[in-house]
Amino acid sequence: MCLAVPMRLIERSGEFGIVDLRGVRREVHLGFVPDIEIGDYVLVHAGFVIEKLQRERAEEDLRLLESLLDDSADGGS
Amino acid sequence: MFDLDEARLADAAACLALRNEIDRIARDLPPVALMEVCGTHTTAFFRHGVRGMLPASVRLISGPGCPVCVTPTSYVDLALRLMREPGVALATFGDMIRVPGSATSIEREKGRGGRVHIVYSAMDALALARSEPRTTFVFLAVGFETTAPTIAQTVVLAEKEGVANLRLLVGHKLVPPALRALLSHPELRIDGFILPGHVSVIIGSESYRFVSEEFGVPGAICGFEPVDLLKGVLSLLDARRTGRPAIANLYGRFVKSHGNRAALSALDSIFETVDTEWRGLGRMPASGLALRPSLRHRDAALLLGDDEIARLAASARDDAACRCGEVLCGTILPTECGLFGSGCTPETPVGPCMVSTEGTCAAYFRYGRQA
Amino acid sequence: MHPSRPPEILLAHGSGGRLTHELVRSLFVRLLDNPALSPLEDAACLAVGASRIAFTTDSFVVSPVFFPGGDLGKLAVCGTVNDLAVMGARPIALSAGFLLEEGLSIERLERLVLSMRGVCDEVGVAIVTGDTKVVERGGLDQVFVNTAGVGLLDGPLPEGAGAVRPGDRILVSGPIADHGMAVLSARNDLRFDTPIESDCAPLWPVIEHLLEGSRGIRWMRDPTRGGVATTLNELVAGRPFGIELVETEIPIRPSVAALAEILGIDPLYVACEGRVLIAVAAEHADAALVRLREHRLGLGSESIGEVLADPPGRLTLRTRGGGRRVLDLLSGEQLPRIC
Repeated sequence: MCLAVPMRLIERSGEFGIVDLRGVRREVHLGFVPDIEIGDYVLVHAGFVIEKLQRERAEEDLRLLESLLDDSADGGS
Repeated sequence: MFDLDEARLADAAACLALRNEIDRIARDLPPVALMEVCGTHTTAFFRHGVRGMLPASVRLISGPGCPVCVTPTSYVDLALRLMREPGVALATFGDMIRVPGSATSIEREKGRGGRVHIVYSAMDALALARSEPRTTFVFLAVGFETTAPTIAQTVVLAEKEGVANLRLLVGHKLVPPALRALLSHPELRIDGFILPGHVSVIIGSESYRFVSEEFGVPGAICGFEPVDLLKGVLSLLDARRTGRPAIANLYGRFVKSHGNRAALSALDSIFETVDTEWRGLGRMPASGLALRPSLRHRDAALLLGDDEIARLAASARDDAACRCGEVLCGTILPTECGLFGSGCTPETPVGPCMVSTEGTCAAYFRYGRQA
Repeated sequence: MHPSRPPEILLAHGSGGRLTHELVRSLFVRLLDNPALSPLEDAACLAVGASRIAFTTDSFVVSPVFFPGGDLGKLAVCGTVNDLAVMGARPIALSAGFLLEEGLSIERLERLVLSMRGVCDEVGVAIVTGDTKVVERGGLDQVFVNTAGVGLLDGPLPEGAGAVRPGDRILVSGPIADHGMAVLSARNDLRFDTPIESDCAPLWPVIEHLLEGSRGIRWMRDPTRGGVATTLNELVAGRPFGIELVETEIPIRPSVAALAEILGIDPLYVACEGRVLIAVAAEHADAALVRLREHRLGLGSESIGEVLADPPGRLTLRTRGGGRRVLDLLSGEQLPRIC
C-alpha cells in the first residue's frame, strides 16, 4: 500500500498539476496538499499528491547522517 | 535549488555505520522479534539486502501489511462474477489480477475474454468511464489508508461531474485495528513494530500511540531506503535496551503527527468504517471501509442480487493446506508452510501471500533463497 | 485452483521467466529432442558442407505496435539479427512471416515494412523470402511478425558458455531497461509523459567490431524478454559458477529508473532490445570495454559484475546499501503496482 515516490511539482492549474521525476511527468491531483508551490518536492501515490516534503526535517536527516559517518570515521562511539 | 538526495540514503558507508551500531546493541540484548507491517517494507528489506545485514538475534516477521494478501477469496470471486456481467469492465491496480479466487483469477479470465484495464490511478478509471458512458466500469478499491483517500477523491469528482458509470467494489482495510488484533493475540510475541511509512503520511504518527502506551511495544515509522530501514531497526533495539517504548517518527520528512487532514476528510466524506473479513485473520471489528449509504449507487456489488452475493460469499473456498493466515500473523515463516515452494510458487500461487510481489511468501521465494 | 502445472497456456508463459523455461523444456524440447536444439542457445549452430551456419527464429508481438524509438517491424528484424550476432554469426539472410488482422491499414503495414528495410540496410542483410496470412477481425491484435535468419560463423567467435570461469567479468553495452519501459510508458491508459525511447538496434556492427579487436570473449547474449537478470540466470543455471552484479555499476537512464520506481517495477527484469551482455576473461575485460566504447552502439558500456566460484548456479546482486540479494527467475511479467 506504500508505493509513493518523491517528485517535483513543475506546473499547476487549480486542483491539478504536473509532477516530474528525472524527466518522467504525470498529471496528478493536488487537493490533499493545497499549499504547495512550483518547485516543491511532493510525495506522489497513485496519481495523487499525498504530502509535501518537510525540507527542514530532510535537511536535518542528512545532517544526522553526515555526523554518523563522521563518528564512525573517527573510530566509532 | 534544494535537491532531495535520496541516493545519500542508500550510501553503503552510512549503512555500515548503522549496522555496526545495531550489532553493538543487539549483543547485549536477548533475541528480538520485530514485525514490519507494510508489504512495501517487506520488499524493501529484501530488495536492498538489509535482511542479510542484521545479526541472527534480530528476527524480522512480516505482518498483514499487504492489501492483496489480506483480500478474502470471496472478494475475488465477486470481482470475477462482475467481470462476466454484460456491459461491465473491470479497472484495477496491477497485483489484484493474479490473486486466486476459489476457482480462477482475473488474469485467467482476462485470457478468456473478460475485460480488464490495469491502471496506475483511480483517476484513470474515471477517465475510462468518461470516455465510454455505456460501459459500467467497476474499480477494485483495495489498499490501506494511503490509497483509500485517492479513491474517495475520485468518487467526489465523479459525483461532481455526474459520471454515473463508475462503481467501486470496496475492499479497503485499516492498519491500526490490525495492529491491535496482533498485539492482542495470545501467541504472538513482538518486541517492536516497523510501522508503515506512507499509511502514516495519511493517518499521522499519533495514530499509533496505543501501541506503546497500552501494550508497551515500541514502534518506528520509517521510510524505504536502506538507511531508513536500518534506522528503524536501531530505534526499536534501542527502545528495548532502555525499556522505554515509544513511537519514533523517523520519516518526519513526510509524516506529520496528525497526518493529512484533507485526505482524511475526503475519506470520511465517502467511506464509513465497518467490520470486515481479513484473509487468514478472520473478521475484525471496525477494520475496513464501505461506501456511505448516500453513495450506494457507486457500489458495484449492488449490480448483483442479494442472494447471489450471499451465495458467492458462502461458496468461497480457500485451500485447506494454505497457511497464509499464520504467515500474516507472523506465527510461522513461509518456509514452515507445507505448500511453500512445492505446491505454492509465484507462478502457481495458492494463497495471496505468494501472489503479490510484496507478499511475504513471494518475497521469501524471490529474494530469500540462499545457496 | 490447483497449484500444480497449469493445464492451459497463461500470459505468464510468454514473459521469458520460470514458466516459459518450464514449457520449453518439458514440452518442446522433450517432444522435438535433437542435438542441435538441446543447447537452447539464441541460435542453432549447424555444419553445412565445409561451413558452419547459425539459424534462428523469433516471433514478435508488441502493443502498441508503434512505440517511442521503434516499431514492431524494427523489433522483428533486430531480434533475429541479434540472436545471430551474439553467436558471432554474420547475418546472411532473413525471412519474414506476417499474420495480419483484417482491417489493418495498408499505410501502417507499409510503415512497418519500411522500418524493417531500414534495419536490413544498416546491417547489410536482406529479407529474401516471406509469407502473409490474414486473420479475421479480432483474431489477433493488428499484426504479428515472425522472422527467421541465417548467419555465417566464419569470423572470430565467442568461446562458448562452457569456457566461462570464476574471475571473468560481465559487461553490458549500454543502459538497461530502455525498451520495456518505453513500451510501458507508451501505453495510454497509464498516462505518463516520458522522454523514454526503446534502445531497439541491430547489434551485429558493434559485436563484429568487438570480436575483431578483442580476445577472451567467452559468451554473449542480448537481454531481451525478462531482462538482464533472466538472461544471466540462464547462463549460471546448472553450471559450476555463479555471478554477482554490483548495483551501483549497472547503467540505467535516470528517466527509465524513475518510471520503474514509480510503477514498482524492477529494471533488472525489463527487456532491452539493443544491448549485449558479455562474459569476458578478466585480463581482457578492460580492453574489451575500450573496444565496445569505440562504437556508437557501445558508448555506454560498463562492467557490471563478476563470475564467482561460489555459490554456483546463482545470480546475486551486491546492493547499493552494501547488502546482498539473490536475483531469481521471475514467474510472470511484472505489472504496474501501487503497493
